[in-house]
Amino acid sequence: MRLRKKARQPLLHLLLIPFCLVWSYPFVWMLFSSLKTNVEYVGAGLRLLPESFQWENYSRAWTVARFSDYFQNSVVITVSSVLIVLVVSALAGYSLGRGELPGKRWILLGMAALMFIPKGYTIIPVFQVIKHLGLLNTIPGVILAESSGAHVIFILLFMAFYRDLPKELEEAAEIDGAGFIRTFGQVMLPLSKPVLTTAGIMQFIFTWNSFFVPLVFTLNKPELRTLAVGMYSFAGENSVDYTGMAAGAAIALVPVVCVFVLFQRYFVDGIAGSVKG
Amino acid sequence: MSIRRKRKIAWSYLFLAPQFVLLVAFTIYPILMSYVYSLYDWSGIGPLDDFVGLSNFRAVLEDSSFWNAFRNNMIYMFFLTVLSLPTTFVAALILNLKFLRGRTAYRTLLFLPVVTTAAIIGIVLKFIFGNDNALFNNVLISLGILKEPVGWLADPTKAMIVLIAVGVWKLFGMIMIYWLAGLQSLPSEVFDAAKMDGAGYLATVRYLTIPLLLPVATVILLLTALNGMHVFDMVTTLTGGGPYFATDMVDLYIYRYVFASGGFPQMGYASAAGIIFGLSIFALSVLLGGLVRVSGGKKARAEAGLGG
Repeated sequence: MRLRKKARQPLLHLLLIPFCLVWSYPFVWMLFSSLKTNVEYVGAGLRLLPESFQWENYSRAWTVARFSDYFQNSVVITVSSVLIVLVVSALAGYSLGRGELPGKRWILLGMAALMFIPKGYTIIPVFQVIKHLGLLNTIPGVILAESSGAHVIFILLFMAFYRDLPKELEEAAEIDGAGFIRTFGQVMLPLSKPVLTTAGIMQFIFTWNSFFVPLVFTLNKPELRTLAVGMYSFAGENSVDYTGMAAGAAIALVPVVCVFVLFQRYFVDGIAGSVKG
Repeated sequence: MSIRRKRKIAWSYLFLAPQFVLLVAFTIYPILMSYVYSLYDWSGIGPLDDFVGLSNFRAVLEDSSFWNAFRNNMIYMFFLTVLSLPTTFVAALILNLKFLRGRTAYRTLLFLPVVTTAAIIGIVLKFIFGNDNALFNNVLISLGILKEPVGWLADPTKAMIVLIAVGVWKLFGMIMIYWLAGLQSLPSEVFDAAKMDGAGYLATVRYLTIPLLLPVATVILLLTALNGMHVFDMVTTLTGGGPYFATDMVDLYIYRYVFASGGFPQMGYASAAGIIFGLSIFALSVLLGGLVRVSGGKKARAEAGLGG
């Protein structure tokens, strides 16, 4: 029995390590492929390491394949969308959790109903709205389309957080003469850093990885492409520059992996929150 | 009513206003209009004046390509769910063992596919599965499993198998986190009591963990199934719906009518197809949602993944 207990730790690692290696191998393979020459890549077989590191694959992707533009667009769109969504959902969450809202029950019911209603192909009307705003084929148009809609999970996270803060905080702020907006801005908002981080990281990862919306909104404007869309068109145009594409894929994936690894606790909490009541 | 209270009410509504405006412009109006458009023959340009009643719906339902895409969607969703739920459950059980070292590292590695861009992963995997001398064939040949390279993405059945396998790989970490969240929400006293009574690990899982997790399990089932309905990014870049529409999905089918139909988009037809698909997803969620209620998951936060 004691032997079995001692053996289970190494046994489990013996199971988990190969499994995780297989799971992450595509990423490792992509990184090393991005450092080979195209000739070497085609004949590589199972050889993982390049003969010498070909960093010019990266400069080729960055300049010739215009990943510098795509990268910039991805950063601008993602950061703006995170800021907009955080502001909008923190305000809404505070109002619902702490404000004085006659008819709050109906607002919450309406939000739940909206999630449940069967939708058609809503991107067509969204496209029309952006067009009427005169934002078609512009970066602000893409940002708006990415930030739109109700981020119900975020609103609920903020609402629950603000609702559960002690009442004394508000009373103390009121005694100091702070109104609704100052209480929010100076007392409550800074306290909600954990929720801001969770929502911010989740929205960052969603927007960075988004493909459909930027694809649809940049069809006529190649210079507005994000990394995901740019990579797709690169793969369509240059189907023989494998290592250049691997470098492009690495440029697109490394930032989001870094953000995830640094803030994974918050992201995992957010995901887990959608199962727990 | 005091002035103070009135002002608080005014501020509260004002705080709600930005979200409300976005909601009306980008959620409520689009949902309504997706129904309106479906009743017209419309190219997206010019006035909406060619009312055709339900004939778009009839045309979609009579189109065998639509049903092909629909069936592919169902096959993908079914196998994705059936394969990933039990495997992720076992992984979650293992990563929930308190004595296991390095749990965070394992979780991070298994989570990498979840947080990386599906469209780009699709392209990378196309290189791994796509050509005769691609990585996957090389590995299988050197392991002695294959004698000759196989065109994994050139054969209809094999392409679907690759797509399902890749789908499981991509979602695995996320479903595992759902299970872990469920496992960690279980009352520890029950398990301590079982240990005192001398119950073995497997018996505890069989008679305690699984029954206690049933409500959560049905929520996870619902979230996974709904995830399997929306596969546009990965399928577009990995197989493009091919070969010969063998991995075509409803998302891609509709997209072609709107954005890639040779300069003459059929918005009305596409909207009708979207509504039929949305209603099917709705029916599926009601069905699975009923399961949630039956298994007692009152607090189910199923809304999180819903939508068409």
